[in-house]
Amino acid sequence: MGIQNLIWQVTKKAFTGGIIGITISDRFCGVVPVRGDSMSPTFNPQRDSYLDDYVLVDKFCLKDYKFARGDVVVFSSPTHYRERYIKRIVGMPGEWISSSEDVIRVPEGHCWVEGDNRAFSLDSRTFGPIPLGLIRGRVTRVVWPPQRLSKIGG
Amino acid sequence: MRWLRYLNQWRGTAKEAFEQVSIVAKFLCLIHLTDRYIISSTHVQGPSMLPTLNLTGDVILAEHLSHRFGKIGLGDIVLVRSPTDPTRMVTKRVLGLEGHRLSFSADPLAGDGSVSVVVPKGHVWIQGDNLYASTDSRNFGPVPYNLIEGKALLRVWPPRFFGSLR
Repeated sequence: MGIQNLIWQVTKKAFTGGIIGITISDRFCGVVPVRGDSMSPTFNPQRDSYLDDYVLVDKFCLKDYKFARGDVVVFSSPTHYRERYIKRIVGMPGEWISSSEDVIRVPEGHCWVEGDNRAFSLDSRTFGPIPLGLIRGRVTRVVWPPQRLSKIGG
Repeated sequence: MRWLRYLNQWRGTAKEAFEQVSIVAKFLCLIHLTDRYIISSTHVQGPSMLPTLNLTGDVILAEHLSHRFGKIGLGDIVLVRSPTDPTRMVTKRVLGLEGHRLSFSADPLAGDGSVSVVVPKGHVWIQGDNLYASTDSRNFGPVPYNLIEGKALLRVWPPRFFGSLR
């Protein structure tokens, strides 16, 4: 049965590729699409473009959770358990953030995130500071489309 | 032309070495996957879950599937990434899911002063079984569901306490 053998070989290769791919994207770096324009103009600067930006997410930072103000991070939503957002850290623990009426202190182990496009962003101004433990990686580069290849941060 | 022969010899060895390394690499990836997504063992210690978990430390098996499918229920013992220190994991019991109303005593030693709270959407309320020696949601509030990383299955060490946790 040549076909059966072929299918088995292909499945084995796919399985191996899958495990290696998942391990690399969990521990080293992964590529994710950016949906929405809450981080405009850093990502998805044109509203009606059909191409979403794809960014490289570095996972080495998750070893010690060392982040700094200005990092763009991917984090799991504190309110919708299946969703992930990409926003920028604008406040680290202990810092003070001024919102509309008052001044808020970012608690220990948390951070304040905001989208670059303040008018269209659902972020800490709505759901408050997020625990650093929700962060799933730091965005370092834009990798697609090729004309927007760039380094974020520096 | 001798070095050409040496090159061919090395090619055979190099290929073999690459095969062996790739077997080890694939095995390590499998271990990573199992540990992160299926089941893993953790050493837990501290007084906050007495009498369920011992003070001097237990090894428990935790599974990482339930929380991905939303199957964490009331009374489950879960491994949660601490909201006050993301490098630490804490083990506590889930006592409230989103939408539940809970009332707790802000300071169990002082007796009175009961506080009532509703768990917001996407959050859970976690508490240690030992109310007098536990820093939990009574101190840092409800935690986002996505901080849960595993559910405790059973205790494997020390051997005389082997079995499910209740």
